[in-house]
Amino acid sequence: MKREQIRKIEGVIALSLSTFSAFLGLFWLVFILGDVLVHGIAALNLSLFVNDPAPVGVSGGGLRNAFVGQLMITLFATLIGVPVGVLGGTFLAEYARGTTIAKVISILSDIMVSVPSIVIGTFIYAIMVKPLGHFSGWAGAVALSIIMIPVVLRTTEGMLALVSWDLREAAFALGAPYYKVIIQVVYRGAATGILTGILLSIARVAGETAPLLFTSFNNSFFSLDMNHSMSSLTATIFQYAMGPYAIWHTQAWAASLVITVFILFLTILGRIIIKWRYK
Amino acid sequence: MAVTFKKNPGDIIFSFITAIAACTVVFFIIGILFVLIKESSLSREKFGIVQFLTSTAWNPVTGTFGALTTIYGTFVTTVLSLLMAIPVALGIAIFVTEIAPNFLKGPIGIAIELLAAIPSIIYGMWGLFTLSPLMRNYIEPVLQKATAGIPLINVLFQGTPMGIDILTASIILSIMIIPFTASIARDSFNLTPAVVKESAYALGATKWEVVKDVVIPYSKLGVFGGILFSLGRAIGETMAVAFVLGNNHKIFTSLFDTAATITVTLANEFTEADKDIYLSSLFYLALVLFMMSFIFLAIAKIFLLKAERRYSR
Repeated sequence: MKREQIRKIEGVIALSLSTFSAFLGLFWLVFILGDVLVHGIAALNLSLFVNDPAPVGVSGGGLRNAFVGQLMITLFATLIGVPVGVLGGTFLAEYARGTTIAKVISILSDIMVSVPSIVIGTFIYAIMVKPLGHFSGWAGAVALSIIMIPVVLRTTEGMLALVSWDLREAAFALGAPYYKVIIQVVYRGAATGILTGILLSIARVAGETAPLLFTSFNNSFFSLDMNHSMSSLTATIFQYAMGPYAIWHTQAWAASLVITVFILFLTILGRIIIKWRYK
Repeated sequence: MAVTFKKNPGDIIFSFITAIAACTVVFFIIGILFVLIKESSLSREKFGIVQFLTSTAWNPVTGTFGALTTIYGTFVTTVLSLLMAIPVALGIAIFVTEIAPNFLKGPIGIAIELLAAIPSIIYGMWGLFTLSPLMRNYIEPVLQKATAGIPLINVLFQGTPMGIDILTASIILSIMIIPFTASIARDSFNLTPAVVKESAYALGATKWEVVKDVVIPYSKLGVFGGILFSLGRAIGETMAVAFVLGNNHKIFTSLFDTAATITVTLANEFTEADKDIYLSSLFYLALVLFMMSFIFLAIAKIFLLKAERRYSR
């Protein structure tokens, strides 16, 4: 009788602790997001988006350079990373399906996804910044694309594998060569999934800071020239938050809000699409 | 399943292009390793391997560099954050798989995923502006008072609580890695066949006993892999700790000390390195970091694959 009670009490304690930890996780999410929202919304205003940084003490400065720089670096990273990732995923799921080389590349990609992003920054610094003698937007875009490629590659591989083999056989039976089957049948079947993977990979790299610190660096002036150092929201947040001025801190909160909302929006959108398409 | 297609020229071209795209990942890994080894050669020749890894000197003025302080900082923050994150992450995984009513499973799962999606720089800034004052004003003085009389333990909480220290950095890091560990643990728990659990229930086991004696033993390979994976990530995390660690190269004993990790050193000093030997030593640090995280991630991946193979039969 007594032993049973102990078992029951033990169970109740353990399960309450695990319930508590789940709510602790929720608590952190609400705490962090709430904090970013409260500080960020208070700091948001129009001049943030249309003006370039003003000298400290002059009011009305904004972060237009950082918004535009962030967009350009992310856009070019996507333009480089997505085709390579999708084509690579195609190789693994189609031509190399089931082979050892496909398995090895999949495993290496999974590892690459989690390799410290700051190491990728030092790599790009050595091969692009040092030889050219200056920081550049291109270096930042390439650094981000290196992070993006394994993400896109793995999701594409997974999504193509979901397309049923019968569909391909039906196309083969009509005499289509494999590459046409892939492009016209398989890609079409997996389009939503691949698109979701791309969205999530953009969300993954848009918040990256470490690889940009020594590649695109930072720039307090508005610039569209990818050949020179370029401002980005994340590098600006780092600089402003560590800086001594209250106005910098306020603007860093605003920038954090914008980037967090953007990334969470992409993440949730990706989730919804997956749920809707692959239920 | 194997497809043998001869000879359509379109296929030869397309398979070649896709193969090259797939191999970029391999090129990157080899490229990173090669470039870091090459760039660090100056430092490697001057300091060697053993001396670099065991020396606490980090003096840009005299040009003597050793990695021990940063490796120590990385090690302590990583271990501390894992100690704090693992129980919570396992609790979350147990809650989501075994306890939560269906209407709560979805929202909690999404919340965990959102926590993982928040960029690390946001964690870092939140840590600097929100968590650090809380630590300095409330939590750290209390910890100090509570441990004041206890020998050995009070050493850990010595010094003026500043909020910019190892403890704050480790807490931020632990919040960041909770979602990774939790989602891998959840996936591993879910691999436990319902039949096995039901058999345990039929023998009269309580829910906790099922979790403790059936689910966790069954999924321990996967959970272990998940923990190693989080370890690999925590080692390489930069922005979350860069704000609150202080980048101070020394061997500390108190958790209220400032410190430096490999990543924080790189982030703060890379663009300031004015001498070749300085930059080369930073590349050397990057090489050490890359190898450490790669090895941990690779071992983690092997465990996860093993777990998957065992249970998917």
